[in-house]
Amino acid sequence: MIAAAPLAYLGRQTLALLALTGQVSLFTAQGLSHIFRPPFYGREFLVALLQIGWLSLPVVGLTAFFTGGALALQIYDGSTRFSAEAVVPQIVAIGMVRELGPVLGGLMIAARVTSSIAAEIATMKVTEQIDALVTLSTHPMKYLTAPRVLAALLVVPALVGVGDVIGVFGGFIVSTQQLGFNPSTYIHNTVDFLEVRDVLSSLAKGCAFGGIAATMGCYFGMNSGRGAQGVGQATKGSVQAAAVLILAANFLLTSLFFGT
Amino acid sequence: MITLRDVHKAFGANKVLRGVDLEVPRGSSMVIIGGSGSGKSVALKCVLGLVPPDAGQILVDGKDATRGDRDAFLARFGMLFQGGALFDSLPVWQNVAFRLLRGSLKRPRDEAREIAVEKLRRVGLSPDVADLFPSELSGGMQKRVGLARAIAAEPEIIFFDEPTTGLDPIMAGVINDLIREIVTEMGATAMTITHDMTSVRAIADNVAMLYDGVIKWTGPVAEMDNSGDPYLDQFIHGRADGPIAAVR
Repeated sequence: MIAAAPLAYLGRQTLALLALTGQVSLFTAQGLSHIFRPPFYGREFLVALLQIGWLSLPVVGLTAFFTGGALALQIYDGSTRFSAEAVVPQIVAIGMVRELGPVLGGLMIAARVTSSIAAEIATMKVTEQIDALVTLSTHPMKYLTAPRVLAALLVVPALVGVGDVIGVFGGFIVSTQQLGFNPSTYIHNTVDFLEVRDVLSSLAKGCAFGGIAATMGCYFGMNSGRGAQGVGQATKGSVQAAAVLILAANFLLTSLFFGT
Repeated sequence: MITLRDVHKAFGANKVLRGVDLEVPRGSSMVIIGGSGSGKSVALKCVLGLVPPDAGQILVDGKDATRGDRDAFLARFGMLFQGGALFDSLPVWQNVAFRLLRGSLKRPRDEAREIAVEKLRRVGLSPDVADLFPSELSGGMQKRVGLARAIAAEPEIIFFDEPTTGLDPIMAGVINDLIREIVTEMGATAMTITHDMTSVRAIADNVAMLYDGVIKWTGPVAEMDNSGDPYLDQFIHGRADGPIAAVR
């Protein structure tokens, strides 16, 4: 019996994970379907757009800027070992646009937006505001989930795009001010090297990561437990799930765009 | 008329409702009493469809409450929640006029605001409160705003969940009087759940006592004190000794 305990534990965890996957999938399908079915809540959509997009810009921008700068330093240091310093603009551009811009942007959104959505909706649940919505003939999925998911799907790609530009600019600043690169050559090399699919993959990742971040916040918020502990666990769970799913989705999308 | 027939509800192994039978005549005020955790809120939420019953039937004016157009069904109801359940992100007037700003009862914004201010006045709050946010209000004021929201669309049926919990005796008295006045003046059917006996006497036409998942006693409030039911007697007199275990 004692020897079987770890196996039983593993089995329970596997079943719980499968159940969670099913629940999240159904929730996502429901959330997406409500985006296209009236009534539409324009004010809630605009508020979500502002909170997810505009208010996240400083943190995403700063993350991208410092990452771009650090990337330039790393690539320069590595490439000097085989006298290939000239590739710094190209590698910074491809690194930021294809991977670091969307992934770090997505993770920053998960930290800032997913946690905030989960905590807000979980608190609404604990204080019976979700029940109040229902009694006021308002569907919580339409009023709370659909506007947030739609806003994230639309605004996070834009945020990632801006983050990509800021990241490349961070690399440009470090390369030209500290590493002695010629500014016009740096810009020329960057622009010439990037392809349309690099940018498209970045925006597609932004869209997927935004959808994941908002959906996880809404799911864990709507399904939170009671009291302060329930709100805390919903917030923590939402960020963990969003971060893992963003990284997994990144792998899948990278395979899709660039896999051979 | 609201009718509950043999309604059952369990959460896991915890059987909260074990066959509730209850009738609330149209235009009357029914108060359900019972100890904490006796299932009063669950019964109310089953009627509204917030919690689906496991078995049994819930009828509103003879129609099954779980079928048909949900929006039209809910448009007949108003509810005052225990903690107010006001939306933090909206100012008071938008909370009160929530139903009038969207959906089938939508009115122009100015008209909705006017109605909200009028309802606030009805529950004893000045128009200045309209632009405040719920977090800027005291507990008693939040209850009044919740009450204003419950009556804003002039519903036929109003539910009150622990309307006086957390209020001082004077504010509790004010809320009780308001509920009685509003229910009488609107001719609404009211269902209130509480364990505050002062509220019961102020609000109720009829009383039902829920214990161990079933209605132990029901009758007019005037007969409550002479019911001869040992459970009801123990509860209304707040005695530790009796058939209801004090330690649960």
